[in-house]
Order: sequence, then structure tokens, then C-alpha cells
Amino acid sequence: MGTRRGLLLSPPARYTLLGLYLLFTMLPMVWLYLSTIQTQASLLTLPVQFIPREVTLTNYTDIFKPAAFGENSGESTFLLSLRNSVIVTVATTFIAVTLGTLAAYAFARFNIPRKRTLLLIVLSSQLLPAVSIIIPLFRMFKSAELLDTLASLVLAYTTFSVPFVVWIMAGYFQSIPIELEEAARIDGASRLHAFARVALPLAAPGLGATAIFTMLNVWDEFFFALIFTSTYASKTVPIALAEFIGRHSVNWGMLVTGGFIASLPPIVLSLIFYRHIVSGLAAGGLKG
Amino acid sequence: MARPSLILKPPTPTSPSGEGGVGVRKGELSERALGLFMLAPMALVLLLVIVYPLADSFWLSLHRMNLTHPEQGTPFIGFENYLYAFQQPAFWYSVGRTLYFTLVSVALELALGLLFAVLLNESFRGNLLARLVMILPWALLTVANGVLWAWILNPSYGVLNAFLLWIGVLQEPKQWLSDTFWTMNVIILADAWKTVPNMTLLLLAGMQPISHDLYEAAEVDGATHWQKFRRITLPLLKPVILVAVALRTIGAFRVFDIIYVLTGNGGPADSTKVISFYNYDQAFRFLFFGYGAAISWLITAFMLVLIVIYVRLLRTEVVQ
Repeated sequence: MGTRRGLLLSPPARYTLLGLYLLFTMLPMVWLYLSTIQTQASLLTLPVQFIPREVTLTNYTDIFKPAAFGENSGESTFLLSLRNSVIVTVATTFIAVTLGTLAAYAFARFNIPRKRTLLLIVLSSQLLPAVSIIIPLFRMFKSAELLDTLASLVLAYTTFSVPFVVWIMAGYFQSIPIELEEAARIDGASRLHAFARVALPLAAPGLGATAIFTMLNVWDEFFFALIFTSTYASKTVPIALAEFIGRHSVNWGMLVTGGFIASLPPIVLSLIFYRHIVSGLAAGGLKG
Repeated sequence: MARPSLILKPPTPTSPSGEGGVGVRKGELSERALGLFMLAPMALVLLLVIVYPLADSFWLSLHRMNLTHPEQGTPFIGFENYLYAFQQPAFWYSVGRTLYFTLVSVALELALGLLFAVLLNESFRGNLLARLVMILPWALLTVANGVLWAWILNPSYGVLNAFLLWIGVLQEPKQWLSDTFWTMNVIILADAWKTVPNMTLLLLAGMQPISHDLYEAAEVDGATHWQKFRRITLPLLKPVILVAVALRTIGAFRVFDIIYVLTGNGGPADSTKVISFYNYDQAFRFLFFGYGAAISWLITAFMLVLIVIYVRLLRTEVVQ
């Protein structure tokens, strides 16, 4: 195999391109990290220091104290928003995976009229932007007195997460040979039993990957949260960060540290489940 | 590992699935009933949060509804909101800004994505590590990405100005985010930085199945690297490129978050006020719900066209 000569790149071209690629991808990330380990004073030193003179981890503890990032009833607003994000993400993922998997299995295994069209409608609804439905949702939540609650966010997030799970899992179930479930049924298992005991365990890797994608998308969501939340009863991390940057004098150390900490869960999850993420991206061709 | 092996392939209904293999036993739900039972929760939720809102939004768009003047009521005005939009220069301007953002960012993503996919498709030591690195911008929170670039682009303390001054490209610091030309372009750069990995991974997935024998045969015939790329990679990758471009176009067209974080108001001088931002202003800052609903329906209709194109490409180009 042309390992040494390369498929399309000669060794010098390959290493030049690799260098550019690493600079492009890594430099902003490195800068983000370096900025989190400096005090506000050293971030605001001129001329700008490419290599920090002194390193500190105080930003990482200060951000959880009420005074530095922002305060709400005695607690750090960053901490409050983090708590809200975790609750909304877990709840949405649970609901989406449960409803979505049931429906996906029905699509994959039952004779549903106009199955293909229905699946494509599900896919399309997942690709619609939030602005398509946000005004009616706002009115609906207002009259149900759900505005500024975590429940409103969970409901709004089902609009993209449920169709996503259905689309990916329907494809996944179809890739599992049906013979195993048929064998179980010949042995006397009911259809539901065959689903729960045979198909579901076989689909576990796909289910895990789909759940991770859902979590990443929900954790990242901004627009619905911007419209539906107004206090720290429901504001999520992206909202807390966006608000912080809008303030008159920005504490950059707090801000970049907040962004970095909030990105750690998705980054760590994605690195651990790298293979699932990549095959999921390819299979779904999705991720808004 | 069992995983969806179908690259960019929508689920294809397998030959009559399941039915007939084993008959329905007594006391068991019929096939159809069980199928409906499993579909019902999803269907109910989607009816409530997608179908009903889409219909309600359309109905609303046919009314005048101004929340700052509730005493005016909500009179039915037919398609007046739509006609009004078409007469607004601000509406067309935001359409233009959206097209600019979409075209430039998708072109940039495709160019970089192709380059990086070609690189990562080579075999070299550290290849897996190089691929893993891509996850970092991809997984970064969108708002955190905005924060990061706001910091990089900061006129006084930002590293971009510091670097450009240091190498002598700039003589004085540039106000990247208060310049009607540069603001949109640096936002495109910031957005592309995060989305290029997505494009790269899609293209890479399309490149991997291309047999190495083809390249070796071409080499025997004396083809150059460029010819191999032009004659083998590009034609075989075309379906995946089309699908990836359609998908990223859909993504770029809905841009909002990063513009909100970096500019706060779609400025300077509305130069970054893309259509979703215009819609947000009308509906949630000025509280013109009827007009806002009309704008969102226009966006929805346009997105549906893009989605249909995307789905068609998925079916015709990739599934063969």
C-alpha cells in the first residue's frame, strides 16, 4: 500500500498541511486554556503576553463563589445555571430516548403504512430551525404558566431530540438481523418481550451514542432558552455566559473559565466515545 | 462493533419486516395495535410541540398582533404581513446578509474540510491523535466559542491584534467587531472554526471506502497527486459532498447564537442582522407577534425547500 508515497499527498505536503491543520484547530483552544489560568490583571497586561508570566487556578474556584461571576440568592449564578443545564439535559435525554426508541422500533419492525414518508417527515422536523415554532410555543407556555421553568425547556427540546432519536435508532434497528427476534418468538417470547430482551440489548451501543448526541445538542441549546427563561430558576449555562459577556465591564478571566468549564463535559464525553460520535455523524449526517 | 454501517443512508425499509414470520398468538396485541401503541407517545409529543405550533404560527401570521398595543386586538388581515415584509428594505437586507453568511461559510468549510479530509485519509503516525484533536472545537459550547472569539478579537487585549501588530501586518489595533465589513467576516471565521470538523468528518467518512487499488492503478499509469484527486477522489466523493453541503447550508442558514454573543444586536449598523436575528427582533424585542410569525413562516418555507433538496440527495446520490 502506498503508505510511504501517500495516497494524495507527498510527505512534505502532508507535513505542511498537518502543521497548518494543528495550528488552525489547536491554537484558539490553547489560547482559551491559557486565558483560564491567569488573573484578570495579567489578562489585561499590555503588551499581550503570548506565554503567561504567572499561572493561577483561582478562576476555577472563584467562579463557583457568588461574588465573582454573579450572585443570585446567595449562590453563584454560574453554579445555578450549571444545575439547570444538568437537570434539563438529563430529563430531555431520558424522554427523547424512551419515546424515540419505541417509535424507532415500530418503524423498523412493523408494517406501518407510508412508513418511509413518515420517517422523512420526522427527519425534516428535526432540521427545522427554532424560529419556525418559537412564537406559538411561547404563547403556549405563557398561557400554561410554564415560562421560566425547566419544564418549558424540556418540552421545547423534545422538538429536535425526539425526531433525532427516532431517525438514528430506526436505522440502527434495521441494521440488526431480525432472525434473532424471530428465534426468541418461536421460543415463546411475546413481541414486546423480544423487543425488550433481544433487540434492545443489541441496540445498546447505538442507543448510547444517540443519547450522547442528544445530550450534546441539549447542553448547547441557546435560542429557546434565551426566549423562555428570565430568572435563575431556569437559565442555563449558555444564557449565563451570554449575559455575562453583555455586562459593562467584562471580567474576561471569569468568562473564559466559565466557557471552558461548561465545555468540559461535552469535550470529555466526545473524546471517550470518539468512535461512536464519528460513526453517528456519518450515519445520521446530522447535528445542527 | 455493531454500529450503523450505512454512510449517510436513511433507513431503508427492509423487505416486509417481521410480519408473517410468526403469527399472532392469542392474548397478544395484534401487530398493528402494538405498532401504533409504540408510535403513539412520540406522535402525541410531536403533534403538540411541532405540528400544532407550525399551524398556529401560520394562523397567527394572518393576523395583526402587536403585544405592545393589546387594545388593538388581533384582527384578521390575510396575507398583509407577508406583503409588508416584501416591502421592507430591512427584510431584504437581512436576507442578503444570511445568503452572504451561508455562501461564504459553507464555501470556507468545504475548502478546509476537503483539505483536512485528504490529510486525515493518509496513513501516518499520529493519525488517530490528529483526528481526536478535531473533537475539541466541535464539542466546544457554541456560546463558549463566541466568548472565546470575543476575547481573541478584543481590540485592546485580544491576541489577534497583538499578533498582527507584532508581525507588522497591522500598524494600529483593529476594531474587528465594530466594522461593518470585518464583523461579518470574523464571525464567519469563528463559526467555521467550530463547524469545519463536522464537514471534515463527513467527507472523511465518504473518502474511506474509496479503494486504494484505484490510486495505485492510477499511479502505475503515471498520474500525479492532483490528477488522482481530480479524477478519482472528487468524482467518487461527489454524492457525499452534495449531501454535506446541503446539510451545512441548512445549518448555516439558521445561524443566530454566535452572532448574538459576538454583537448583541446584529450590528454594527445591522451588518450581521441575518434573517433569524431580524425575526427575533420583530417578535421578541418589538413584540410584533403576527409579523414575526409571518417572517418565521417564510423562513420555514425556505428551509423546507432546502430540506427536501437534502432528503432527495440522500436518497438519490448516496443510497445506491
